[in-house]
Amino acid sequence: MWIEFTIALKFLRQGLAQTALILIGIAVGVSVIVFIVTLVTGLQANIVDRTLGTQAHIRVEPFEEINRPAVIRPGALQLILEDERSQQLRSINNWQQVMTALEKLPDVTAVSPVVSGPGFARRGAATMSVSIIGIDPERYERIITISDDITEGEFRVNAGNTAIGSKLASDLGVRVGSKLRLEAGGNRTAVVTVTGIFELGVRDLDARFVYLDLKQAQALLGLYGGVTTIDLTVTDIFDASRISDQIDRLTGLKSESWMQINSQLMNALQSQSLSSNLISFFVALSVAFGIASVLAISVTQRTREIGILRAMGARKEQMLRVFLIQGAILGLFGSFIGAGIGWGMVWAFNEFGPGLFDISPSVTIIPVSVAIATITGVVAAIAPAWRASRLDPVAAIRYV
Amino acid sequence: MSDAKDPSVLKLDGLRKSYNIGLPTELEVLHGLDMTLHTHDFCALVGPSGSGKSTLLNLIGLLDQPTSGELYLLDQPTRELDDEGRTKIRRESIGFVFQFHHLIEAFSSLENVLMPLMVKGGRPTAEQSDWAMQLLDAVGLKGFERKKPSQLSGGQQQRVAIARALVTRPALLLADEPTGNLDTQTAAHIFELLRRFNREFGCAVLIVTHDPRLSETCDRTITLVDGRFTGDEWHKSPSPAPS
Repeated sequence: MWIEFTIALKFLRQGLAQTALILIGIAVGVSVIVFIVTLVTGLQANIVDRTLGTQAHIRVEPFEEINRPAVIRPGALQLILEDERSQQLRSINNWQQVMTALEKLPDVTAVSPVVSGPGFARRGAATMSVSIIGIDPERYERIITISDDITEGEFRVNAGNTAIGSKLASDLGVRVGSKLRLEAGGNRTAVVTVTGIFELGVRDLDARFVYLDLKQAQALLGLYGGVTTIDLTVTDIFDASRISDQIDRLTGLKSESWMQINSQLMNALQSQSLSSNLISFFVALSVAFGIASVLAISVTQRTREIGILRAMGARKEQMLRVFLIQGAILGLFGSFIGAGIGWGMVWAFNEFGPGLFDISPSVTIIPVSVAIATITGVVAAIAPAWRASRLDPVAAIRYV
Repeated sequence: MSDAKDPSVLKLDGLRKSYNIGLPTELEVLHGLDMTLHTHDFCALVGPSGSGKSTLLNLIGLLDQPTSGELYLLDQPTRELDDEGRTKIRRESIGFVFQFHHLIEAFSSLENVLMPLMVKGGRPTAEQSDWAMQLLDAVGLKGFERKKPSQLSGGQQQRVAIARALVTRPALLLADEPTGNLDTQTAAHIFELLRRFNREFGCAVLIVTHDPRLSETCDRTITLVDGRFTGDEWHKSPSPAPS
């Protein structure tokens, strides 16, 4: 293999301008792949991060109520005209036991019981429709760290104290320390003091969320001792669907992962991944054609030398390997340069780009792109190398 | 100079070669050639252009295959050999010197001389390098080891090519108009070199040439006209060619 390697290197060094051109071509291709993949991965991580900043990874809820027609005699004809049932606020049965069971699952990192329902917040003449969310603050903070988003006051939710969204606060004209009247169905009302105002960055949530103590919310929503959902976080967010299915089977409750809840977002992320993969694929393909065409030219240029080497007793496989190695060397060095340029582009994006979010290349992207480019080089070299190995020595020597 | 006791290096037995120039026309260029070449033979192959000299040389060098007949190299029949087998014989027993010296530009003179050994066994050993240096010295190119072919004159390049052809100590050296594009003086010098190696290494030499003055300095001259041997003349040895 030594002689093949030596010949390959000497051939590449001799045609330096040609080698430099194709190296630049490969480098540009690889840098585009490194940059695009890093950008899209970074963008997606950022979107997922923001989405999950206001959401649990998995929500466990009771199943929706359905109509249950009476059982009829066999052979009897039954005509049913049904409307779908309205969904009243219901508690998860035996939620304490369910919660204990969920806490024991290996991939689950935090579990928080939540009771939530609709209501109105009233102050003076202003009335706003809100979501009343009853939580155990200590547990809930392990799912969504509201205290990081507090803009005024503190996140202290207990009997008689509440934290509300910034938009709601400005709509109602309340500040920390102000009183607020909350109304739910069935003439149940409560007057609470605003202790904290938060801004989650999602306008809708900031305009509607009212966090209350779990017990107070249960009383207000008429679900004494009950919870409507159990929120969970898991170790690997992209494993959430599998764990959600597992919870489904384990508890018989309706369990949804963040991916199912945000299916449109997931769809968008997948399309994004697909487009970045397509770009990478076609760039790699054009790089491959570049390598193949340069090597095809090289085989033609080297025809006479191939003939001499064959006359001297070089085997067909040796000639094949000379050109395969050239492909590999081009891929390897081109991709190293490309990875460096790609890295530089990422740095420049972070330094001089729009600055909305930071992207950082993953540790694996460099070795993976180098490996792929090298393999691409070898594969691209197959056709020219095959031609070189098949050259008739007599014709090759006469070739001028 | 041939001796009846010398073993045969090359033997042609009814060798024919024809080309398909568009079916069904077949053009036969060599019409059943018989010949024997022994160790120490220094033989010229002459003939007008188009007589089939290069074709014959390519067949003998196992670069091409005969249509019929047999070609023995070191008493081994070669017609049935596959590419691998023919490549092996080429690598081990045959040295080539081409008209246009055909050195590989990317390598230095020394590397070019070592190339047949490197193709066979990879990185050259110290002994092999020493041997190649000796050969370069013998062809009068001491101190030119690191020069690239483009930095040498035509005659110097041809001398590197001769050193290269001899580096594997081949049993048969084939030279296709080795002095074809050199001036008379250089040509005479190259011929002298070939002659010297024929004597010192005992390798049979077959030279294709146009130049009657050069062919006359050989021990034997075989004439090929229209694909047939029309003459087999011994200059130095009065004894007839051993059959």
